[in-house]
Amino acid sequence: MPRKLFVFLSLALVVASMLTACATPAAPATEVAKPTEKPGANPEPTVLPSEPVTIEWWHIQTVDPGLTKWQEYADAYMGLHPNVTINITVLENQAFKDKLTTVMQSGNPPDIFQSWGGGTMKAYTEAGMTLDITPDLDADGGAWRNTFAPGALAVYSKDGKNYGVPWDMGMVGVWYNKDLFAQAGISEAPTTWTAFLEDAAKLKAAGIVPIALGEKDSWTGMHIWAYLAIRLAGQAGLEAAISRTGAFTDAPFVQAGYKLQELIATDPFQPGYLGDNHDAMQGHFGNGECAMEISGQWAPTVQAAQSADKKGVPNLGIFAFPAVEGGAGDVTDVMGGGNGFAIGKDAPPEAVDFVKFLTTAEKQAELAGLGLLIPTVKGGEAGLTDPNMVAVQAMFANAKYFAQYLDQALTPAMGDVINAGVQDIFTGVKTPEELAQAIEDIAQTEL
Amino acid sequence: MDGAVTRESPLKNGFSSLLTQKLQNNLTILLFLLPAFIFFFVFQVYPILESVYYSLFNWTGFGPATKFIGLNNYQQILADEVFHKALGNALLLIFLSLAIQLPLALALAIMVGRDLPGRAVYRTIFFMPYVVSEVITGIMWLNLFNADPSKGLINAVLTLIPGAQAQAWLGDTRLVFPCLFVVLTWKWFGLHMLLLLAGLQGIPVEVEEAARIDGANTGQLIWNITIPMLRNAIQTTAYLSVLGSIQQFILVWVMTQGGPSSASEMLATYLYRFSFKRFWLGYGSAVALVMLVIALTFSIAYNHFVRTPEYLTNE
Repeated sequence: MPRKLFVFLSLALVVASMLTACATPAAPATEVAKPTEKPGANPEPTVLPSEPVTIEWWHIQTVDPGLTKWQEYADAYMGLHPNVTINITVLENQAFKDKLTTVMQSGNPPDIFQSWGGGTMKAYTEAGMTLDITPDLDADGGAWRNTFAPGALAVYSKDGKNYGVPWDMGMVGVWYNKDLFAQAGISEAPTTWTAFLEDAAKLKAAGIVPIALGEKDSWTGMHIWAYLAIRLAGQAGLEAAISRTGAFTDAPFVQAGYKLQELIATDPFQPGYLGDNHDAMQGHFGNGECAMEISGQWAPTVQAAQSADKKGVPNLGIFAFPAVEGGAGDVTDVMGGGNGFAIGKDAPPEAVDFVKFLTTAEKQAELAGLGLLIPTVKGGEAGLTDPNMVAVQAMFANAKYFAQYLDQALTPAMGDVINAGVQDIFTGVKTPEELAQAIEDIAQTEL
Repeated sequence: MDGAVTRESPLKNGFSSLLTQKLQNNLTILLFLLPAFIFFFVFQVYPILESVYYSLFNWTGFGPATKFIGLNNYQQILADEVFHKALGNALLLIFLSLAIQLPLALALAIMVGRDLPGRAVYRTIFFMPYVVSEVITGIMWLNLFNADPSKGLINAVLTLIPGAQAQAWLGDTRLVFPCLFVVLTWKWFGLHMLLLLAGLQGIPVEVEEAARIDGANTGQLIWNITIPMLRNAIQTTAYLSVLGSIQQFILVWVMTQGGPSSASEMLATYLYRFSFKRFWLGYGSAVALVMLVIALTFSIAYNHFVRTPEYLTNE
């Protein structure tokens, strides 16, 4: 090849790569500036009928019935409002989280997206990525607001303002194998911590592992500590610690660690539980190897799916986490969480209207009947048929206080510290005082 | 190389005569290097500088970094017990790699590099783990280490021995690190063996024959001839071992996520936990830079004091 041509070609190549290379670093710089635009500058919810509007909706219902039903609802809404186009993006849970994090960092959230509320939603809100929909909830004397269970709605609020709404809500309780309880001669589910420990001892004496746990996923054990803390501190105590008028080093939180140690000392878990993850825990319970597990509303389906025969425990029941003697909390107080829709900062009024359309009692009842959700809207429970789900719904509807999972309610960093710290109680690395101190230390910088 | 570029110049005209031959050569070299340099700067240097910037902020990764906190992140890292644990684990892994993994790879290389019957088969078998993806390796060993004897092969075999009890391998704070080391050795010794095998082939047969004639036995032969002549290969594998230990992530994350209670925390799992579970990207950036400094310091020192590159010594 003639050398001149060769040089020219390489020069062209270099210039081309320089151009693309320059474009790459320039992009983040311009994007960084965007999020500072004022969030929530959307005062009038009045719908303009003729303007064509596009709504971006990201959800994680990758399987039926949710996948088809939600497409049907979107089609129905578009039929009623010909000017609206709803673009649905369906993503698998983890893929959704990764992709959402990316668009959040670039300042381009979807108009409607799956959310679990709590700390992560608060982080997005602080970055100005979400839209304040409180005016929509309060319009017409709070017509929309009053349809929701207040505890569930509060999970999607920050400083009294809502940035999303719940469409499904569940809670953690103690799931138990009625046959194994009978085998150990236990006739009634325990209601106090003392009775709970006694029953665990009876099960152990009968050669049954009392509790399944998957502490490799540290949040499974966190549920036990968090419930103990809620029972001991009560709503007032927990909220004081979170709002910083109290502290996580207050007596009830330290006491929760001691109660947990008390339980651990009786060796009630399956061997190797520190190396087992959540799926393994559900499997041990589903196979009938363990009599109890502290788990959420997903337990009936997941323990069946993880069991050897895919059927799970034939005689399944749930009881409330036992009351701790002398604790300030009520035995009806529950800890849980669920699924919701969060609204992106640039969402058109139609997006909020569509979410309203999605969360009517009628649709909630229909989806509840299909086993997709536990309703958060009054009247939706009419569709519930599964007795376990009815029990869960009744428990959280009766709750005086609904606390969100501690690791999700607070910031991601606090969640990690709590989960890891509780694991340290199980491994004996931390004392209850050290756990309380670690949580208090992170609370001081994060809250 | 130089000759090839400059020898023929079929179209002599005014343009080329403006430039001296040497300048033209340099320009050509520069042009060919430019694309690589640009990629190096865009994908290596620029992100590192970004990290330096973000490491000075309390930043969650959402929106612009605004909370400037100076060197606070670095102070916090150096004071954090979990970081100490991660650093200690990395040093322990370096030590164990050099003390156990390398000699093992060397022994196997010498064995399969010689007239062992069926050595090609052994070479393939030993090299196989290195070919398997790290995630697959992690999941496979997770199953082998399962605490339940009805599911985990290791415990199943162990419980056959009278008096032996099933162990919670990866759930035990004392056992988890040795278990991970076994997996890491299984995964990586094949690569080191291969590098050493390549080195073995560079040893002239005459030298060994001469030593034999002088009456050296196999032990003396290996100790006095083979190992000294493998110096370069051994230095390379040691270098890779140390850097690999500092950066170890995938296997540990898949198998234990650094747990339980940080017993198997490595520098990279620590970095990941703080950056993407806690969303402390400022802090994570600082951790990344601390890791960079450790790796770079080692790298420069090692190259300076231990390993004189062949292309420099050959001149």
